[in-house]
Amino acid sequence: MLTRRIIPCLDVKDGRNMRGVKFSADKDAGDPVELADYYNRTGADELVFYDITASAERRGIMRRVLEEVASQVFIPLTVGGGLRNTDDMFEMLRAGADKVSLNTAAVDHPNLISEGAERFGSQCIVLSIDALRVPDSSPSRWAVWTHGGRRNTGKDVLEWSQLGVELGAGEIVMNSIDADGTRDGYDLELLNTVTKAVSVPVVASGGAGNLEHFYEAFSEGGAHAVLAASIFHYKDFTIGQAKAYLDEKGIPMRTDYE
Amino acid sequence: MLAVLDYGAGNLRSVTRALAHVGCDFEVTSDPAATADAGGVILPGVGAAADTMAGLGSRALLEPVKEYVRSGRPYLGICMGLQVLFERSEEDDGTPCLNLYDGAIRRFSDGLHVPHMGWNQVHQNRKVPILEGVPQDANFYFVHSYFAPTDNRRVVGATTGYGVDFLSVLHDGNIFGTQFHPEKSGAPGLRIYANFASLCGEAVKGGI
Repeated sequence: MLTRRIIPCLDVKDGRNMRGVKFSADKDAGDPVELADYYNRTGADELVFYDITASAERRGIMRRVLEEVASQVFIPLTVGGGLRNTDDMFEMLRAGADKVSLNTAAVDHPNLISEGAERFGSQCIVLSIDALRVPDSSPSRWAVWTHGGRRNTGKDVLEWSQLGVELGAGEIVMNSIDADGTRDGYDLELLNTVTKAVSVPVVASGGAGNLEHFYEAFSEGGAHAVLAASIFHYKDFTIGQAKAYLDEKGIPMRTDYE
Repeated sequence: MLAVLDYGAGNLRSVTRALAHVGCDFEVTSDPAATADAGGVILPGVGAAADTMAGLGSRALLEPVKEYVRSGRPYLGICMGLQVLFERSEEDDGTPCLNLYDGAIRRFSDGLHVPHMGWNQVHQNRKVPILEGVPQDANFYFVHSYFAPTDNRRVVGATTGYGVDFLSVLHDGNIFGTQFHPEKSGAPGLRIYANFASLCGEAVKGGI
């Protein structure tokens, strides 16, 4: 049976790993290469690196981080942040990424998804969506925000997810801005709505504070994977503890990583 | 010498990083003549069947690969490197493949989330040399939308379930193929590269 994935997310700024709370705080959580190795040894199913500063010269830093990680950590690696064209994507894939994650650039230029899928294959292209719940909407609706949650595009999250898949995205990361950094749990209604509407795997992001939240994302949200940052960076729980808990509750997990 | 064929596959460097980690000698080549005296051939692959066939074709590698596999010398195909061994793929409205094994590569059914992406168990149907030391039902990393059939029981080394039971390891003498990505599957995956290198007579000097 296909297992559900647990994916720690490393926010990289100037080559250091940074925590994100509602896209603003920046308490330093250590060296990304060391952290990647630690997560790999303790059961991470994949790793995601987000370049949260994402300027042209910083891509060089990310490239070196990836090259170093990819030569010693043999699990899938995804990189996101500031990738504006297929040459940027190629640079990251060549450095050792297996997938690239597109967010703002894809909203600005949806064809970037199809160009990436055409050049590298859909399995390489992750569409990351920052969703903010539309107040008092019934049935519930979410709007797509970009630029790290600072700009409302007016696009509907469900429609954008479906268009992204049509254009060639092979996976969707659904990040709830409402839940991000709260540690109150994922937006389960958002997850459930999107996983039912698209044919590709959906990764839950934003809001994990305890292990029950992971369980809900899988069982109620229908997520194929969960992305989490601070819950693991500060060692509230290890990935191994999360996996043992979820396995016990009947969620299929890869537990033979040691 | 172990030859890793470079025909533009996206995961080439992941494969060579894994080989470097296990510490065996290899060369990356797109020279059609390289298969003639290679002690083993690895065909990486990810993405679409048509691109894989076109990449091999444009480098005049189609016939050399066919001849090499027919010679029965050690071959390891990864993902698309397994799929292209079959007659044809249903991908892109039908793509003719190398036709070394009967059967078509088919797409997972519509009710499933595709690609089949993530870690799944590899059930060994028999003793397979490249899986030496890999526990029964160990998890490996998959990412694919199409799968190879299990009709030809003679070559079924291992199967994996996702809606159907599909061929996850092809085993026919010295010919091997994995639908999953050993280079992305942690220690059990590195074990496969080390096993294959040993089978090709290469010393394995690194760690798993």
